[in-house]
Amino acid sequence: MKTVQSKWIQVLTVSCLVVAVVVTLCLTGCPPKPTPGPPTPIPPRPPKAVKPAPTGEPIKIGAIFSVSGPASPLGDPEKKTVELLVDQINANGGVLGRPLGVIVKDSKSEPTEAVLACKDLIEGEQVVAIIGPSRTPTTMAIKDACQAAEVPLVSCAAGKTITDPVASYVFAVPQTNALAVEACFGYLEKEGIDKVAFIYVANSYGEDGYNNAQAIAAERGIELVAVETFGGEDTDMTAQLTKIKAKSPGAIVCWGTNPGPSIVTKDAQTLGIDVPILQSHGVANMKFIELAGDSANGVQLPAGRLIVYDQIGTDDPQKAMLDEFAAAYKAKYDAEPNTFAGHAYDALWITVNALEAAGEADRAKLRDAIEQTQEFVGTAGIFNYSADDHNGLTMDAFVWVKIVDGKWTLAE
Amino acid sequence: MSLADQLLQYLLTGLSVGLVYGLVGLGITIIFNATGIINFAQGEFVMLGGMIAVAFVSLGLPLWVAVVLAMAAVTTVGLAMERLAIRPLRGASVITLIIATIGASLVLQGGAKLIWGPEAVKLPAFSGEVPIRIGAGGINPQRLWVMGLAALSVAAVQLFFKYTLTGKAMRACAINRSAARLAGISADRMVRLSFAMSAALAALGGVTLTPVALMHYAQGTYYTLTGFLAAVVGGLGSGLGAVLGGVMLGIVESLSAGFISSGYSKAIAVAVALIVLWWRPEGLVRKRVL
Repeated sequence: MKTVQSKWIQVLTVSCLVVAVVVTLCLTGCPPKPTPGPPTPIPPRPPKAVKPAPTGEPIKIGAIFSVSGPASPLGDPEKKTVELLVDQINANGGVLGRPLGVIVKDSKSEPTEAVLACKDLIEGEQVVAIIGPSRTPTTMAIKDACQAAEVPLVSCAAGKTITDPVASYVFAVPQTNALAVEACFGYLEKEGIDKVAFIYVANSYGEDGYNNAQAIAAERGIELVAVETFGGEDTDMTAQLTKIKAKSPGAIVCWGTNPGPSIVTKDAQTLGIDVPILQSHGVANMKFIELAGDSANGVQLPAGRLIVYDQIGTDDPQKAMLDEFAAAYKAKYDAEPNTFAGHAYDALWITVNALEAAGEADRAKLRDAIEQTQEFVGTAGIFNYSADDHNGLTMDAFVWVKIVDGKWTLAE
Repeated sequence: MSLADQLLQYLLTGLSVGLVYGLVGLGITIIFNATGIINFAQGEFVMLGGMIAVAFVSLGLPLWVAVVLAMAAVTTVGLAMERLAIRPLRGASVITLIIATIGASLVLQGGAKLIWGPEAVKLPAFSGEVPIRIGAGGINPQRLWVMGLAALSVAAVQLFFKYTLTGKAMRACAINRSAARLAGISADRMVRLSFAMSAALAALGGVTLTPVALMHYAQGTYYTLTGFLAAVVGGLGSGLGAVLGGVMLGIVESLSAGFISSGYSKAIAVAVALIVLWWRPEGLVRKRVL
């Protein structure tokens, strides 16, 4: 009996190992699908005279994204964008005449994994800078380490705490929740709506939105008549919305990322709630419309120009680069680039431009050059970093959009 | 909305959410009775049901064909899991087998992400999305489908165990496997059948839910946990108990979101579950009726 037992233990150990290996492969190791696609018809950016092919040791930049785990809808397009841009940059002379090498690490959406990846990038790979992580919790986990090691970090996460208070080596590219909430409440004030219900996802993104809303609502004399939360995995928000409906607010503001906000929108329609629904810039992608279906029509939100790049005027300074990026992304991945893809674009280009400006791959000089970034036209807006502003965006980064007939439409 | 309208809406929401918990709990119970293990991949069957149906619809198949094919496919996955993860470990301890189900759930989740990517997906509603007005509130017709089909399949499972020979044989195995073997019942076949049945039930839940609740590769864990809680509160081993447990959890959750705080609704539901277990450690339904 004993031997039979031990044999099974062996079998079990082996199968557990196999399972572990398969899982690890699934989560991390599998290379992205080779998507050769047609050669991009777009001239690589920046469109300059053809440069000689890069030579010498590659300049290494680290990237930490939530490629797997719950935040993978963010990390996946970010990784794809970086791969697209590295090819473009290297085809166009590289950086400082040397090839650019971006080492992408998967944080698995976990702060602890982000810390390990960060340590490996700084000490093992000796990268000159790190872009990412995708979300606020993963960014905050490595903020101090990057500052202490004096490695520039350009985060793709929107939390206010990343750049406030300013850490000299830490920057961020997304429009902050503070700006987006201000845009929403500006709209409410303009429409004369003074009673608002606020519903948010119970994580740091939603809470950051709520904290900002609380402050701004008090400032603007707008009353939050109902405040509700929902879990990121929740499948039914009817109970919260019933409570909200009973308070008869003039509008509902929802703060979250997919899929929760689309269920909120659908359930609001089911309950016959006919007041305006405002969403955060966190749902500014086609997925939201696809998931919320018919109920998405009429939803309004502040968003970067990327989702309406085909509608903004040709005189808009972002128009040309947005067209170009969207076309290149579509050609390679057969999908529209979303906001998160845009964050990776901004973070990488700001770093690369600063490398060129610094003139050498030195961490301290690169930091100074990033801080001196002025009038950089990115997907999220026009960046002007300074010693006390490491986000660099203003309200101008947003346009007001409304969903009409299942399409993002630029509103006035 | 008047208080009565609100109460009605909360009960309706709780019932529709709770029946799904119950349906998953029922699947967990069926496998528990046949094998003595908790299948932590049960929620993954729900997820696969939804994802596979979406994949078939995007191939251009009519909705009902996609639904039937998705159920068939998930049933096959259930059988494959039994063959690959459970049967090779025959004779291993219960805890070992449970760990194997956790492994299977990780494989299914990782596989789903590789195939369909990380984003949530949606299925067309079975009969449109025009809300049905009830009082001052309303309900999405798809949620009626969810509730109706869940209730129907729970009833069908009960009848199956009570009146068919195979159902009785499964119950006999659950009560005393050795004695059932002596009576000529193939316990292995019953185990296979239990995996097939519970995968099919979960898939049915998944395909009916996806139009309203959406689905993504990591959603299965949520269904496993809520279904497991429903099964435990109901009295592990009783199918009817699992359904009652699920409905109870759903209604407590919805009422506490409505009248107390949406932030604490889940905590309150779990607290109530603990109180129930403290009061009746054997769960809501005492007798093993399956």
